[in-house]
Amino acid sequence: MQKRAIFGGTSLPYLLLLPQLFVVAVFFYWPASQAVWQSFLLQDAFGLNTSFIWFENYKELFEDTSYYRTMLTTAVFAIMVAGLSLSLALLLAVQADKSIRGASVYKTLLIWPYAVAPAVAGVLWIFMFQPSLGVVAQGIRAMGWNWNPLLNGNDALTLVVLASTWKQISYNFLFFLAGLQSIPRAVIEAAAIDGASPARRFWTIILPLLSPTIFFLVVVNIVYVFFDTFGIIDAMTQGGPSKATETLVYKVFFDGRLGGNLGSSAAQSVILMIMVVALTAVQFRFIERRVAY
Amino acid sequence: MKRSNLLIGFLLAAATVLSTPASAQTEIQWWHALTGANNDVVVRLSDEFNKSQTEYKVVPSYKGGYADTMNAGIAAFRASNAPHILQVFEVGTATMMAAKGAIKPVHVLMQEAGEKFDPSAYLPTITGYYSTLKGEMLSFPFNSSSTVMWYNKDAFKKAGLDPNAPPKTWPEVFAAAKKLKAAGYDTCGFSNAWATWVNIEQFSAWHNLPIGTKGNGMDGFDTVLTFNNATLVRHLETLIELQKDKTYDYSGRTNTGEGRFTSGECPIFLTSSGFFGNVAANAKFDWANAPMPYYPDVAGAPQNSIIGGASLWVMGGKKADEYKGVAKFFTFLSRTDKQIELHQKSGYLPITKAAYEQTKSSGFYKEKPHLETPLLELTNKAPTDNSRGLRFGNMVQLRDIWCEEIESALSGKKTAKQALDDAVNRGNQLLRQFEKTVSR
Repeated sequence: MQKRAIFGGTSLPYLLLLPQLFVVAVFFYWPASQAVWQSFLLQDAFGLNTSFIWFENYKELFEDTSYYRTMLTTAVFAIMVAGLSLSLALLLAVQADKSIRGASVYKTLLIWPYAVAPAVAGVLWIFMFQPSLGVVAQGIRAMGWNWNPLLNGNDALTLVVLASTWKQISYNFLFFLAGLQSIPRAVIEAAAIDGASPARRFWTIILPLLSPTIFFLVVVNIVYVFFDTFGIIDAMTQGGPSKATETLVYKVFFDGRLGGNLGSSAAQSVILMIMVVALTAVQFRFIERRVAY
Repeated sequence: MKRSNLLIGFLLAAATVLSTPASAQTEIQWWHALTGANNDVVVRLSDEFNKSQTEYKVVPSYKGGYADTMNAGIAAFRASNAPHILQVFEVGTATMMAAKGAIKPVHVLMQEAGEKFDPSAYLPTITGYYSTLKGEMLSFPFNSSSTVMWYNKDAFKKAGLDPNAPPKTWPEVFAAAKKLKAAGYDTCGFSNAWATWVNIEQFSAWHNLPIGTKGNGMDGFDTVLTFNNATLVRHLETLIELQKDKTYDYSGRTNTGEGRFTSGECPIFLTSSGFFGNVAANAKFDWANAPMPYYPDVAGAPQNSIIGGASLWVMGGKKADEYKGVAKFFTFLSRTDKQIELHQKSGYLPITKAAYEQTKSSGFYKEKPHLETPLLELTNKAPTDNSRGLRFGNMVQLRDIWCEEIESALSGKKTAKQALDDAVNRGNQLLRQFEKTVSR
């Protein structure tokens, strides 16, 4: 049964929608259209010399092999961060949902990292993992592993994945916890009475009932990984060493910084926008089918 | 609410609004990127200028790091809201210079304001960087520094090296680093901050080698990079070899690794002379600095060093009397007593000959020789086309590209020659793109 709100006249619904539409127009459509316009231009930093060059910025991007390398890095980064943060958060939520002593303490502590700003999170982790002076780094080196995110691309990527995952776990944890608590106890108890083991109960009952939460979190995590990890990468590795941690969103900033190449930067952000919109559309079209509401 | 209360409230509000005094002073906005003790210097200078006269008021605002401040200035100009004075680091010079309508050259400013301005009173190696070919000053040098070699005297004693005779040449540095490593500094024999400033830019000037054609870009936007020469290839090959056992250890692209010196980890560390405040405050060992090392078999080495740091640019589109105020402020900053105070208290290099001479003759450098090292480097010889300075567009991006290539080489992914060739080719692409946007 679908509930629909019925309004008497036609003006009230539009008036109620107006503030939200205004925010979307000013904070999304206006900047996005400016970016699209700028992607067709060749400009100097101060905007004193502007020329319209059609699709040249896009052409240059697609002919640049390092752009594809950045796409690959972003894909690897996205899969690792989203995968790790979702699975770890689910694990923690399932554990924290049990009636154990100090459950509320665990829940509170697990939620705190979300309040940390991305750049601050980056600095915190750098503090621990800086190759010579970092506390944890010294421990790693003492164990014999030559930890050097300044020169080793894999070490650098590990570092940013760790910091990004850590930050996102608490957000996912919160939603998973709420989702778990909305599962009726009666269903789980019935399964237990029928002889299902905890693992069986998890995979066949809890997970399907959690699927709306999982679907929502997958969408949000993908957006997070594509955009909000910028602060962490900038604070920690600046895309280095040798572009090992340069994701698409970082490249947008890098190429456009100080007015260096605003046209290419705008073209990249347009491409990125289309990519994420398409990815989200795909998720809604195909994955939402399997979600049991 | 009673009507009388409403009326009283309204009158009070009106009185507050109308009682804001009309300011007769012309405000001059100064956006800068200095923090800590250096920020105190900026605030103090502005206060002193404001107190010395009543017509103008300099208002300094910290806008973030150098890149952030420059970004803020560019964005503000596009929104027709630029400050009067913008502090831009030396690598932003080409971008600022090319923005003909956005900036007001200092020599024009001073002339129009009727301020006495004699370019020959300034130290040529410092002002030359910010001037045209003809010597016309475009921006006002404010905080300048140069690359020096900081070293840990206690570590030297421990390794059996003479702490008062620091290595002068690169081979001597390599040998000293090996001895230091054997004496216990096994994670780092020597290192440096600002990867490309030290190992490409300053290295080339100190050895009288070109970084690019056309006087390293100072004479034209059609400059082509040429630093992939045999000497630099040889230098990078040695660094790659020494990185393997950490006789040399890479410390990052900028100066975030400087703590490795003050913590005692790296006994030899090449970075800015401006690092001295940090060293004096945090190093718990006996320290000193020395001029950059050189390869003795390269003809003409050591030549002279290029300055680093930042200068003050005057933004365009302001009123004539505001420019008068800016000009008066620059005259104030050039006063010998102010320059001496600035230099001795903060370690910035003095920009006038008079200030340098006076400090020398007062015997100041006998107590603090580390403040004179950068000046000695800068005035070592008369600058050639290879050592007047450099002026490349998109310099920040260029430095990042060169850092990427150095990182590839040091981590063993590329040979030194391959890395430097790629650095030159990728850099040239960026330079051609910059040229396209400015020469229309």
